[in-house]
Amino acid sequence: MATTTLTAPAAQVLVRRRKKRSLVPYLYIAPFFVVFGVFGLFPLVYTAFISLWDWNPIGEKAFIGIENYTTLFADPRFWNAAKNTLVIWILSTVPQLVVAIVLAGVLNHALLRFKTAFRMAVLVPNITSVIAVGVIFTQLFGRDYGMINWIIEAFGGQGIDWQSGTLTSHVAVSTMVMWRWTGYNALIYLAAMQSIPASLYEAAAIDGANPVRRFFSITIPQLRPTIIFTVIISTIGGLQVFAEPLIFGGQGGVTGGSSRQFQTLALFLYEQGFRNFQFGYGSAVAWALFVIIAILTVINLKLSSRIASE
Amino acid sequence: MTHLTEHATHLGLVPLAASAHPQRPRTAAYNRVGWITYVVLALTTIASLFPIYWMFVVASNSSSDINNVPPVLVPGPNFLDNAAQVFDAVPFGRNLLNSLLVSGSIAIGQVLFSALAGFAFAKLDFPGRKALLLVVIGTMMVPLQLAVVPQFILITEIGWVNDLRALIVPGLITAFGVFWMRQAIDGSLPDELIDAARIDGAKNLRVFWSIALPSIRPAATVLGLFAFMGAWNDFFWPLIVLNSPDSFTVQVALRQLQSQAYVTDYGVQMAGIVMGTIPLLLIFLLLGRQIVGGIMEGALKS
Repeated sequence: MATTTLTAPAAQVLVRRRKKRSLVPYLYIAPFFVVFGVFGLFPLVYTAFISLWDWNPIGEKAFIGIENYTTLFADPRFWNAAKNTLVIWILSTVPQLVVAIVLAGVLNHALLRFKTAFRMAVLVPNITSVIAVGVIFTQLFGRDYGMINWIIEAFGGQGIDWQSGTLTSHVAVSTMVMWRWTGYNALIYLAAMQSIPASLYEAAAIDGANPVRRFFSITIPQLRPTIIFTVIISTIGGLQVFAEPLIFGGQGGVTGGSSRQFQTLALFLYEQGFRNFQFGYGSAVAWALFVIIAILTVINLKLSSRIASE
Repeated sequence: MTHLTEHATHLGLVPLAASAHPQRPRTAAYNRVGWITYVVLALTTIASLFPIYWMFVVASNSSSDINNVPPVLVPGPNFLDNAAQVFDAVPFGRNLLNSLLVSGSIAIGQVLFSALAGFAFAKLDFPGRKALLLVVIGTMMVPLQLAVVPQFILITEIGWVNDLRALIVPGLITAFGVFWMRQAIDGSLPDELIDAARIDGAKNLRVFWSIALPSIRPAATVLGLFAFMGAWNDFFWPLIVLNSPDSFTVQVALRQLQSQAYVTDYGVQMAGIVMGTIPLLLIFLLLGRQIVGGIMEGALKS
């Protein structure tokens, strides 16, 4: 006992002096920076360079300045994909986060039975692959034999051709995204809720605030940083939606349906870069999407911090 | 590469308002749990699990049974028939093996490399430590998927097209992993233990291997699971760099199965999906508690 208290400070001084000159820590963190630099940062910057070229992997390369961008901004397929991406992102993210918060509130009941079982159940969709989610929901949303139309018809409605309509296809794709991520976000919110001090609720209860009131005036403001975080992450992820519409379209998935009704920007990027092998044009799409993501992330950061602070 | 993004969304890096409070008392429930709560939870559970159940139903029925009105609602006897057609269409055994190899290597690599970097950030003192850690955390926000064209050119130059190394090497270490391990080592390894080992003459690497690593076994397990599942489910990047069926991972093979069929046979597609999903469902049944705990703990970590 006595020896530890005596030696520990002395040892720290000793250790620190030796470490100051050591390259060892840099060696330990080097793998991350090497991998990120080589496979992440460098390619990202290089994307901007390629976007200034007419670049076909088997043909010639020619520097064309900003021509790819002028073509892009005059390309109705780009604006169509941008619109689809935004609609699908809003349709999937807004209900997803609202449902997740409510679900977390329900799961947060201190006396709840089967807690772990319920938590595991809501997380199952998240461990399922996007491809699995895509195929399962494409089947459920099928025009002729899908269960969703079967239910609609059982209630006397008219079956819907989900894939051919613009809005209906967006609903189907958004459902896939929402199903996969709601439970995950609920667990994030639940963890944050559990760290809210009980004294806040006790005080409010004494003041006569009912549970709904307590939820809006204590829980939501206390969750603010978490809400901002989930909004940002869903923005960055949601705007890059790719596999869900690809699978939903089956063989014609790359164009997002026969009239591009659910082609997202990520799909458009893939189509230009890896179907048409227009590396330059594809890179211009990538940079445009990058800028859209950056702008919307900043807007959401501002917006969600304001909403959550009210 | 894309599973970096996947991890970023999988990450539990959530800053918390209340984390400043030293004690973390549970939010008290003042009333007993009402029946409405259980109804809501039952409906949510059904919504979460029904599509999985449905996957098994479709996978085990013939297409004529599935295309009935009303459709069959229970599993049938056709799973083996459907599964056999999967193996006829794509080299699915090989694809499963590829996925296992890639996901296993990435899981092991991520645990080791992330722990090493996390150890340096948590316990070693060096100029620029704080700034570099912020850089690591900041990279989680970068949508690297958008760099796919140069990434593909790079892989072509190295000669790794159709080579599983194109998936493994970029996945060996992630910002999320580094951050996660830093938090774990910071929280569970007392400085005194390290100092004591140093006095006994242990070098950094030895301290890392025989003291730091054993002390964070639970956190390392969770990171390994996340890494494995993320790599198993990754799709975009494998789709880009793999184009011969023998090199496909499970997810790419499943897309091939779906997009090549001239007649949509959901029974066959879903049989493939079942075989590709069962490994993860088994992991989840065995270790789901830890995975749930990991996500929630991650939410509290910063």
